[in-house]
Amino acid sequence: MQIHKYDTVIVGAGGAGMRAAIESTKRSRTAVLTKLYPTRSHTGAAQGGMAAALANVEEDNWEWHTFDTIKGGDYLVDQDAAEILAKEAIDSVLDLEKMGLPFNRTPEGRIDQRRFGGHSRNHGEAPVRRSCYASDRTGHMILQTLYQNCVKEGVEFFNEFYVLDLLLQEDPETGVRKSAGVVAYELATGEIHVFQAKAIIFASGGTGKFFKVTSNAHTLTGDGQAAAYRRGLPLEDMEFFQFHPTGIWRMGILLTEGARGEGGILRNKDGERFMEKYAPVMKDLASRDVVSRSIYTEIREGRGCGPEGDHVYLDLTHLPPEQLDAKLPDITEFARTYLGIEPYTDPIPIQPTAHYAMGGIPTNVRGEVLADNTTVVPGLYAAGEVACVSVHGANRLGTNSLLDINVFGKRSGIAAAEYSAKNDYVDLPENPAQLVVDQVERLRNSTGGERVATLRLELQECMDANVMVFRTEQTIKTAVDKIAELRKRYLDVSIQDKGKRFNTDLLEAIELGNLLDLAEVMATSALARKESRGGHYREDYPNRDDVNFMRHTMAYREVADDGTESIRLDYKPVVQTRYQPMERKY
Amino acid sequence: MATPTLEKSGKAPEPEAGFADSPYITATFRIRRFNPEVSEDAQWQDFQISIDPKERVLDALHKIKWEVDGTLTFRRSCAHGICGSDAMRINGKNRLACKTLIKDLSPEKPITVEAIKGLTVLKDLVVDMDPFFQAYRDVMPFLITKGNEPTRERLQSAEDRERFDDTTKCILCAACTSSCPVFWNDGQYFGPAAIVNAHRFIFDSRDEGGEQRLEILNDRDGVWRCRTTFNCTDACPRGIEVTKAIQEVKRALITRRF
Repeated sequence: MQIHKYDTVIVGAGGAGMRAAIESTKRSRTAVLTKLYPTRSHTGAAQGGMAAALANVEEDNWEWHTFDTIKGGDYLVDQDAAEILAKEAIDSVLDLEKMGLPFNRTPEGRIDQRRFGGHSRNHGEAPVRRSCYASDRTGHMILQTLYQNCVKEGVEFFNEFYVLDLLLQEDPETGVRKSAGVVAYELATGEIHVFQAKAIIFASGGTGKFFKVTSNAHTLTGDGQAAAYRRGLPLEDMEFFQFHPTGIWRMGILLTEGARGEGGILRNKDGERFMEKYAPVMKDLASRDVVSRSIYTEIREGRGCGPEGDHVYLDLTHLPPEQLDAKLPDITEFARTYLGIEPYTDPIPIQPTAHYAMGGIPTNVRGEVLADNTTVVPGLYAAGEVACVSVHGANRLGTNSLLDINVFGKRSGIAAAEYSAKNDYVDLPENPAQLVVDQVERLRNSTGGERVATLRLELQECMDANVMVFRTEQTIKTAVDKIAELRKRYLDVSIQDKGKRFNTDLLEAIELGNLLDLAEVMATSALARKESRGGHYREDYPNRDDVNFMRHTMAYREVADDGTESIRLDYKPVVQTRYQPMERKY
Repeated sequence: MATPTLEKSGKAPEPEAGFADSPYITATFRIRRFNPEVSEDAQWQDFQISIDPKERVLDALHKIKWEVDGTLTFRRSCAHGICGSDAMRINGKNRLACKTLIKDLSPEKPITVEAIKGLTVLKDLVVDMDPFFQAYRDVMPFLITKGNEPTRERLQSAEDRERFDDTTKCILCAACTSSCPVFWNDGQYFGPAAIVNAHRFIFDSRDEGGEQRLEILNDRDGVWRCRTTFNCTDACPRGIEVTKAIQEVKRALITRRF
């Protein structure tokens, strides 16, 4: 076991982690631990753009953006945080441009902007051009630009280091838990490393792999959320998961909302533009939760396409081929590669795909992690999809995640480095790596009869069937029971690769454990929320219930004296400033 | 069941997203295995699996790893050609496993899969990427500017932006560099990917570091080593005209105009 000491440690090297690293490296000795080479992170898969009210192509302002974000989140958004997001969006985009990001340009040479779901002029009057974009590979360009600037700043990366545990130490005088370090597993060697740090930022991304049809990478297994949760920190609003309307049928690969921003239309088997029925003003550019529900309503009522009636079409055939080539080259290429379809002439079969966790590790607007509704964990920060600020509430607007990682990545990077400049190391606990050593050894030595791939597939199929776009008490209970069964069977998982070198067999087993923990939190939180709001739609409670549920869920892991684990749910008030909840129409 | 489509897919036999109406075939994957913990020698191993030919090579590798041999080791993440993790040599040609469909590989014959060449193999299909990223870092792959920053964005015409569009697509998968015969023989050569990323900045109208980068590439291990075999262009999964980009850098070195 090796022990390293850094002022600041960042876990994850996607957009949020690298944006934080650029700030924190300038101010403190920083290490970035990442389970992938930085440019492999899933920020690179984001396509459509990053929202900011630059008003480069038409009238716009950050107050309209704030309102759209709050309305899009079905009023579960913390309004102070949404205001920061929308205000700082403008500098965030300009920062990236100055770092070199090749945005598409207007005829005047300014950053070009396009329409995106849920973004409107003057509080819902009509769609507005707010998304700053680089073709349909905006996330790729953000990831590359941030990595380039990390190279420039000399950021120190530990590539293919999997962080498996968070070390917290209770202050003997005050009883407050402080962050002391993290424990990581080095993929190349199987060696375990302890990183002691004054400040730690989790920026480890989402957890979409507990669904089967998903736009998420294989590696998005909620490792950061699970590590925090196992150490007794709460997870906020985990029942809220976004299903992106346009994933490639059965594969789940993302086709950007920018396709509809450029004029693409959703059609059912009769060729009808069905979104006109569900969202008369915003139509195909209504918020994602609304569009995904509309698609499944069409399918359930027998208007789906194909022999099994199980998908609808994204129609781009009326758009000029030059426009598709210039604005949507990657997604049209995906249709050709994976479906053998020519989008110039044929509509693309799509279905909603599990896309984004609105919930996560609770933080305040400085990125500081919360141990309960109000207490900060000194020295611990989180940003990006792993975190819940909450700027996305019950449903995130498209282009607000690339924004989130930049605004709150930067904020947490500065805050963490300032914290490490003013504070000392917290002593490591005795045997700091014990939990990880035990976990790794148990899996390596297990002779049980269960296989990782079997359990993971059963989990994914259960989640798709029971806690996706439509939920009821009965389906959620089915999921809760199934997850409990899978968690038991997980104890009998064994792996075939017993080696130390690049043991991805072992890491997939660990990742499955994380997914199971988080799936349980998600289903349990969803069962208790007896209302419909944003991405959480309960057929048995189809209306939003502001009297009883205008509050964030806070889920805690509890371990009884006899070792039995359970989840305790608590709630946290929503921060409301100037916007009163209204009925949500698009 | 809550969602109609999934009710149906729940009954489908195949474990990964596939196409219910297409017939499964039996395909042989001949994979170059290497694990120094077990043996100093690499060897070929055959795996016969039943799979839908419309699936990707990555799906086949997963099927082998998940159902047959958990020790099979490869990198992968996004699974749709954007993260650049899974470049490998498939039937003798560099490709991304997640962008290569089995039906396009003559699956009636054994499909060979091996690690990309020119970088040290660490285990099975995993190579040491550090020299590759070092060459990338050596060309100063970041915007270099002088003077005060403007308050708003820098202006750039759509034409100037278009000038380097092609080379911004690079995902650093190393398919090009590890397909280059010059690189195979001399690991000191910067390789196509690093030159592509230098091109991306040399031809960006906002950048003022072109001279410095050109000097770096004028080195004995720089662009002049390129023998225009076009392997890199063929290998690029993003369709970048890599050889053309290298030629443009050579021309810029001669004319000092870019």
